[in-house]
Amino acid sequence: MSAADNQSGNQSRWSMVGKDPYSIPLDEIDLSHPGIWQANEFLPFLARLRKEAPVHYCRQSAVGPYWSIMKYADIMTVDTSPDIYSSEPTVGIVDTFEEFTLPMFIAMDPPKHDVQRKIVQPVVAPDNLKRMESLIRQRVCTILDELPVGEEFDWVKHVSIELTTQMLATLFDFPFEDRHKLTYWSDVATAIPGGGVVNSQEERWEAVQECLGYFTRLWNERVNSEPGNDLISMLAHGDATRNMPPMEYLGNIILLIVGGNDTTRNSLTGGVLALNETPAEYDKLRNDVSLIPNMVSEIIRWQTPLAYMRRTAKVDTDLGGQQIKAGDKVVMWYASGNRDEEAIEKADDFLIDRPRARQHLSFGFGLHRCMGNRLAEMQLRIVWEEIMLRFQEVEVVGEPQRVYSSFVKGYTHMPVVLHPKA
Amino acid sequence: MVKIHFFEHDGTEHAVEVEPGGSVMLAAVINGVPGIDADCGGACSCATCHVYVDSAWADKVGGTNPTEEAMLSLCGDRKETSRLSCQIAVTEELDGLKVTTPEFQF
Repeated sequence: MSAADNQSGNQSRWSMVGKDPYSIPLDEIDLSHPGIWQANEFLPFLARLRKEAPVHYCRQSAVGPYWSIMKYADIMTVDTSPDIYSSEPTVGIVDTFEEFTLPMFIAMDPPKHDVQRKIVQPVVAPDNLKRMESLIRQRVCTILDELPVGEEFDWVKHVSIELTTQMLATLFDFPFEDRHKLTYWSDVATAIPGGGVVNSQEERWEAVQECLGYFTRLWNERVNSEPGNDLISMLAHGDATRNMPPMEYLGNIILLIVGGNDTTRNSLTGGVLALNETPAEYDKLRNDVSLIPNMVSEIIRWQTPLAYMRRTAKVDTDLGGQQIKAGDKVVMWYASGNRDEEAIEKADDFLIDRPRARQHLSFGFGLHRCMGNRLAEMQLRIVWEEIMLRFQEVEVVGEPQRVYSSFVKGYTHMPVVLHPKA
Repeated sequence: MVKIHFFEHDGTEHAVEVEPGGSVMLAAVINGVPGIDADCGGACSCATCHVYVDSAWADKVGGTNPTEEAMLSLCGDRKETSRLSCQIAVTEELDGLKVTTPEFQF
């Protein structure tokens, strides 16, 4: 991004914040601005666009012109038509610079996508997860047992981040004492320069290089020892991957760090918040903890930890009566589709016993559907099972602080107080 | 009515009877057969209604279509007679069909 772009971005980034969504001309609504997401004011904008412009064109924004796809059914169409809507060159709303881009299969089309995904998929396959469940539960218990009871602390820092970071360290067999580096690299990978994590693309790239150095060292260690069950060992010994170019290796690592970190972290926080906002649901849960697996799906829908995925039109096409041209950016707003009343009944309500709770868009659909969905669900299920054994209530005692991003829909802080079971 | 026998991976049987016209996935979901999640609701875009067709029925059921093949190929526990049950139409011909659900849906 040039300095001029940054300035215009900063100038307009708050422009929709604090405003009535209906006071802004339809064609000036720009969902790519992180402002309304951080201020938690995005829902009325999504609702207006679903109603008035379900396939909406934003002509001018800090990230250039782009289409917004707002409705569940249209999002399904885009997500399941990789021949029309490509995942290359990137799935982020900001165009990337080639020299700062890592090859990742999330941003590849078939056939290359399929080949690369199949290589790393076994590490998060359900049968592998089953083997890890007891270790995960043990780590969850340790974290929960060490929390202060009856006094305020930050749930994001002490539970959500800690748990997901430990999980990643487990998957990679990453040195446990250095595990917080994983959180940092994950934050850096999705950071907008100037948004608080890094100040420039160059600074971001430096962190990526540090990450590469670290993981190269781990690769070299693993390649010289017996094959193990961790991801790095699997890649270092796998026939199809042992000669993987370094940047491709790093691309896969970063993808797993981001995919497995921010997302679950923010669903862990979002679930506590949702239950606090709907006490009747919290009561339902206390009365029947067998609702936890269904609740987990509902939390993932309600939170929608990644607000969107981007595609790029490969050909001229028509969607919802709009003419999309080859090369246009097309943004599927999962956060909107998950609130679409035409697809999901009482879509704005958080209902832990919702029928067909698994039918949500948060994991995407089609070939790029989230590879770690079962891992995420398992982690959340274990955490809630263990929370309910210990605490009558995890009480939110202050306004949560949200991430400055229109992509990662999450929280930086959320103060809570734990009330033990009587 | 068409009778379909679903077997869980541990052998537990669930026999259901449905009118022809819907999909095998729908027959399972409507009758509460466990082991079929069908997250995408039948759009052939998630692979969570994966079944193994009994080999005696494989010819009658037929092979995968290209979209289904693409989704199934990403499943780690894919076998020769694997199908996505949302892509198998229930017809009179399939009366007595036997399918087994995998231990896990991806």
